[in-house]
Amino acid sequence: MAEVEVRKLLHDPTELITRAVQPILWLGIFGEALSKVKAIPTNGYTYLQFITPGILTQSVTFIAIFYGLSIIWERDMGILQKLLVTPTPRLALVWGKMISAGIRGLTQAVIVFIFAFILQIHLILTLPTMTGVVLIIMLGAGFFSGLSMIIASIVKTRERFMGIGQVITLPLFFASNAIYPITIMPPWLQFVARINPLSYMVEGLRALLVTGNTSQLPFDVIILLVVTFIISFISAYMYPKVVV
Amino acid sequence: MILPRDFSIYMTTDIITVNNLTKKFNGFTAVNNISFTVKKKEVFAFLGPNGAGKTTTIQMLITLLKPTRGEAFIDSFSINHNPEEIRHVIGYVPQMVSVDGTLTAYENLMLMAKLYDIPSKERDKRINEVLEFLELEELSKALVRKFSGGMIRKLEIGQAILHRPPVLFLDEPTSGLDPVARRHIWKHLFELRDTSETTIFFTTHYMEEAEEECDRIAIMHSGNIAAIGTVPELKQKTKSPHATLEDAFIFFTGANLQEGGNLRDVKRARATERRRH
Repeated sequence: MAEVEVRKLLHDPTELITRAVQPILWLGIFGEALSKVKAIPTNGYTYLQFITPGILTQSVTFIAIFYGLSIIWERDMGILQKLLVTPTPRLALVWGKMISAGIRGLTQAVIVFIFAFILQIHLILTLPTMTGVVLIIMLGAGFFSGLSMIIASIVKTRERFMGIGQVITLPLFFASNAIYPITIMPPWLQFVARINPLSYMVEGLRALLVTGNTSQLPFDVIILLVVTFIISFISAYMYPKVVV
Repeated sequence: MILPRDFSIYMTTDIITVNNLTKKFNGFTAVNNISFTVKKKEVFAFLGPNGAGKTTTIQMLITLLKPTRGEAFIDSFSINHNPEEIRHVIGYVPQMVSVDGTLTAYENLMLMAKLYDIPSKERDKRINEVLEFLELEELSKALVRKFSGGMIRKLEIGQAILHRPPVLFLDEPTSGLDPVARRHIWKHLFELRDTSETTIFFTTHYMEEAEEECDRIAIMHSGNIAAIGTVPELKQKTKSPHATLEDAFIFFTGANLQEGGNLRDVKRARATERRRH
């Protein structure tokens, strides 16, 4: 299934470019602007360095969430029905979709890194950190695409999904440590940020790319692994509900 | 009721057995207690207007939907207890366009080959076999987006027969196609039946298609089977010497083939037709 997605992208890469716009805007405009303000404590790193993992996470998440929408498109197209009638287990179909979401997320990573290089944001780009980045992006994209597949199975129409998708993405982003550290948040927001998988993605990426402090890393990865695993089962169970 | 799997009568004659199948959605009965059998190598039609319950019935038989009540056996596998085994022995061509326009014909077939667990050594061979059978070889590397309605349909049939299923389900296979394309599709379907002994189960709302192409018909209306039999048998029952199938239809259902269906059914039917052009 993942292979199919790659081929599709190869046939028509324009989508990759349109998706690249958002992170560029965030880094280039918002990041630059706020770094002048120096209002946010970032422990010795520049603000741009601080938010780059956050922006990367946000764009991966955004793509993954709207990727779940594709199963509604497929329903409209009869493809979904064909997939569900094959002997391939639902779980395999879900994992295939998660991997494809991950691959799309990785293309975003490449774009962000290129742009970071242009803006002269210093990131730790070595083979081990890249491996870690790939892992975290795949898991995070997997989780959020699984989540959106579940939402899609419930709402079943494109219009409703669009509404819900928007409502989820931005709050998730702001209620995380993507663009500011958890420590400056009020307690209720800290609580939300701590149960938000996005925060774990950001923390992991930040550890790999910026601080080099990997003490929390295994913990972050395990959390992401567990939630993604659980959500894939729920997603597989809900998949056939889209049909009707 | 548990049937032993090698119960010989089922293997030799009836390949589909449906017992009291019912489907209700929130109080609305889409399929009302229907029972019928289909013999091996038969070309069997479900004739009825949109909204009659044909698609819902097919969806239950192909294990996409769970019945509210009742049971059905395909090749002696139960839809309630052995859905995974059923998926190995059936092929399905949906009513709506179900190919990926952003891929080539070959890639569309390759996707299905992988999903049906066809061993990698076999895949290329089977795909080319299928392309040849449906006379699509030159279009193998072309993007499906450019295909005509008839070509898309043929490709979809190709996707459904890669794993050589004994039973092929088609939901409105020729809706939206011109008569030439329609002839063409049926030529291939009959060839399939004759060479691979495939049983063909299809739904349609076209009187002529039902009349010309099938061995037996079940007339479906508002969730019930109004009549079942061969075309001559059904005509005979109207007791009118020059009855057409349409007359028989009206006789058994007291209705007109044009009406029926709610907005969703009409939308679906129109969407299919639109895509074909």
